[in-house]
Amino acid sequence: MRNLKALSYKLRRDVVEMIMAGKAGHIGGDMSVMETLVSIYFHAMNISPENQNDPTRDMFVMSKGHCVEALYAVLAEKGFFPIETVIKEYSQFGSKFIGHPNNKLPGIEMNSGSLGHGLPVAIGMALAQKMNGTDARTYVVMGDGELAEGSVWEGAMSATQYKLDNLCAVVDRNRLQISGTTEEVMHQDYVEERFKAFGWNVISVDGNDIDAMNAAFDEAKTVKSRPTLVVANTTKGKGSAVMENKASWHHHVPSQEEYEQIMKDLKAYEEAFANE
Amino acid sequence: MNKITNRQIICEVLSEHAKTDKDIVVLCSDSRGSASLAPFAKEFPEQFVEVGIAEQDLVGIAAGLAKCGKKAYAASPASFLSTRSYEQAKVDCAYSQTNVKLIGISGGVSYGALGMSHHSAQDIAGMCAIPGMRVYLPSDRFQTRCLFEALLKDEKPAYIRIGRNAVEDTYEEGNVPFEMDKATVVTKGTDALIVACGEMVKPAKDAAELLKAEGISATVLDMYCVKPLDVNGLLDAAKGVKVVVSVEEHSPFGGLGSMVSQVIGANDPKKVINLALPDAPVITGTSKEVFDHYGLNAEGIAKTVKENI
Repeated sequence: MRNLKALSYKLRRDVVEMIMAGKAGHIGGDMSVMETLVSIYFHAMNISPENQNDPTRDMFVMSKGHCVEALYAVLAEKGFFPIETVIKEYSQFGSKFIGHPNNKLPGIEMNSGSLGHGLPVAIGMALAQKMNGTDARTYVVMGDGELAEGSVWEGAMSATQYKLDNLCAVVDRNRLQISGTTEEVMHQDYVEERFKAFGWNVISVDGNDIDAMNAAFDEAKTVKSRPTLVVANTTKGKGSAVMENKASWHHHVPSQEEYEQIMKDLKAYEEAFANE
Repeated sequence: MNKITNRQIICEVLSEHAKTDKDIVVLCSDSRGSASLAPFAKEFPEQFVEVGIAEQDLVGIAAGLAKCGKKAYAASPASFLSTRSYEQAKVDCAYSQTNVKLIGISGGVSYGALGMSHHSAQDIAGMCAIPGMRVYLPSDRFQTRCLFEALLKDEKPAYIRIGRNAVEDTYEEGNVPFEMDKATVVTKGTDALIVACGEMVKPAKDAAELLKAEGISATVLDMYCVKPLDVNGLLDAAKGVKVVVSVEEHSPFGGLGSMVSQVIGANDPKKVINLALPDAPVITGTSKEVFDHYGLNAEGIAKTVKENI
C-alpha cells in the first residue's frame, strides 16, 4: 500500500515547482483538490497508461480545469508523462502542457477550462458505459464556485433521470473563489440539500483527508440507481499558512521567499505523514 | 411538389443504419417531434437519449457519449442549438474533437411568424468561426441523404442545418451528383455564377432558367459544404464570369457570402453581390413570404444578376 497522505504533499511540491517555472497557475485550488485527485487516481479508479485506450477503463473529467497543475502532477506520478517534462514545459511557448486540460496529452480524456461543462460530459460517458454493458465508472471534479453555472443543474437533473449509479461527482468545497468567499459571491451553503433534492446520493467529508475520500468513493460504488456527489470540504491553499484560505491565492505565483516557506511546510507535512 | 422533408430523410437514414450499428445514438431536447425523430426514438429506445429542454446538457452529453465510442447525433432547433449550446459545440465537440453531429433543425427563418427568438440567421457565422467545426447546409432531400451517408462514415464533429418545411427537389432520384466536401455544379453557364446553399439552391436553379430565357447564361453552384468551403470548385466556377452572386438564408455577415467574397477577392477579383436576410428582425410571415419579401427567390436572384452583369 502506498502512503497516499505523504504522496499528496510530494505532489503539491511538484505543483509549486511547475508554477514557479511556468510563472502561472491556480495554486489555491491545486492545493485544495489534491487529495481528491490522489484518491481517485490511486484508490478509486481503474486507469493507467497501460489501459488508457481500453473501452472498459474508468473515465475522468476535470471540470474545474484551471486546477490542471494538480492533475498534471497526479498523471505524471501515474506514469503518463515524466514530471520533469511538465515542470520544464508547463505554460511555455508551443507547449502541450497548457493551463487547462487538453486531450492531446496522454491520460486526459476531454478538454475543459470553461466551467460547468464537465458534469454533462461525464453523464454522456456514464450513459455510454451503461449502453456498452461495462462495469466502468465515470468521475468528474467540479469547483464550488462552478456550481453557479446553470449547465451544472441541467446535468444534475439528467444524471438522476438516467439513474447513473456509475457516476460519481466531486465538489471541491474550498469556500473561496476569485472574488472572495462563495457565500459573498454566490452562496453554496445548501449544496448537499440541493443535490439531494435532485435525487442524488450525497456524501460530505473532509476532502483533505485521504482516508475519508477513499471511504466516500468506496461507498459510492455500493449505491444503486442514483449518482453520488462527494462534497469534499477542503482548505484552499492547503499545505502552508502562507497561502491557506486566501482568495488572492486563487492564482498567484509565489515570491522566492514565499516559495521557500511553502516548500518547507509541504516537506514537513510529507515527512510527518511518511512516519505515521 | 415534394412533400418529404429533409428531417424525415435524416430519420430514415439514421434508422436504416441503427439497425446494425448499435453505436449510433440520437439525442433530443424535447425536440423529437420537431426533428421528425420520433420514429427513431420509438424503434430504437436504447439508442435514444432525451435530455429535456436543456441544450447545454444535450451537447455535453453527446460529447461524453462520443468520447466513449458512440456516434452521437444531437438534434435541436438551430436557433437554440447554435447559441444556447455554442460553447459546448466549441469546447466539448470541436476542441475535444468528439464524434458529435449537431443537427440544427428548423433553421434560418423556418419558424416564420414565431419571430426572431426562433430564427437562426447567425448559425453559419458562429459555427464556421469555431476551429475544427464543419458546417453543412444540404439543399434537397436527395442531397441530405448523400450527406448523412457520408457523415456516418467519419468521426469528426459537424454542424448540419436543415429547414422545417419540405423543399422542392433540386436533383433527381437516382441521379444525385455528390462528392463529400466538393460543391455541386447544378447548371453550367458562362456569364454569371450563382453560389447558394441550403434552401436557396432551388430558387438559384430556377433563377438560372429565368435568365436563360433572356439570353443570360449562369452557373449555379450548390455549396452545401460551407465549411470546409470548396475553394477550388468555387474558383473553377467563377472563371470568366462577369459577376458572382451568393444567396443564403442567413445574416449578411459571416456566412456563405462573406466566405465567397474572401475567396474571390483574393484570387479572382470581380464583382460579388451577397444576397441574404437583413441585419434586423425579419418581417412577420411564413418563410416563403419572408424570402419573397427580401428577394430571396428566383425572380429576385435573376434581377440581381441582370442588374450587375
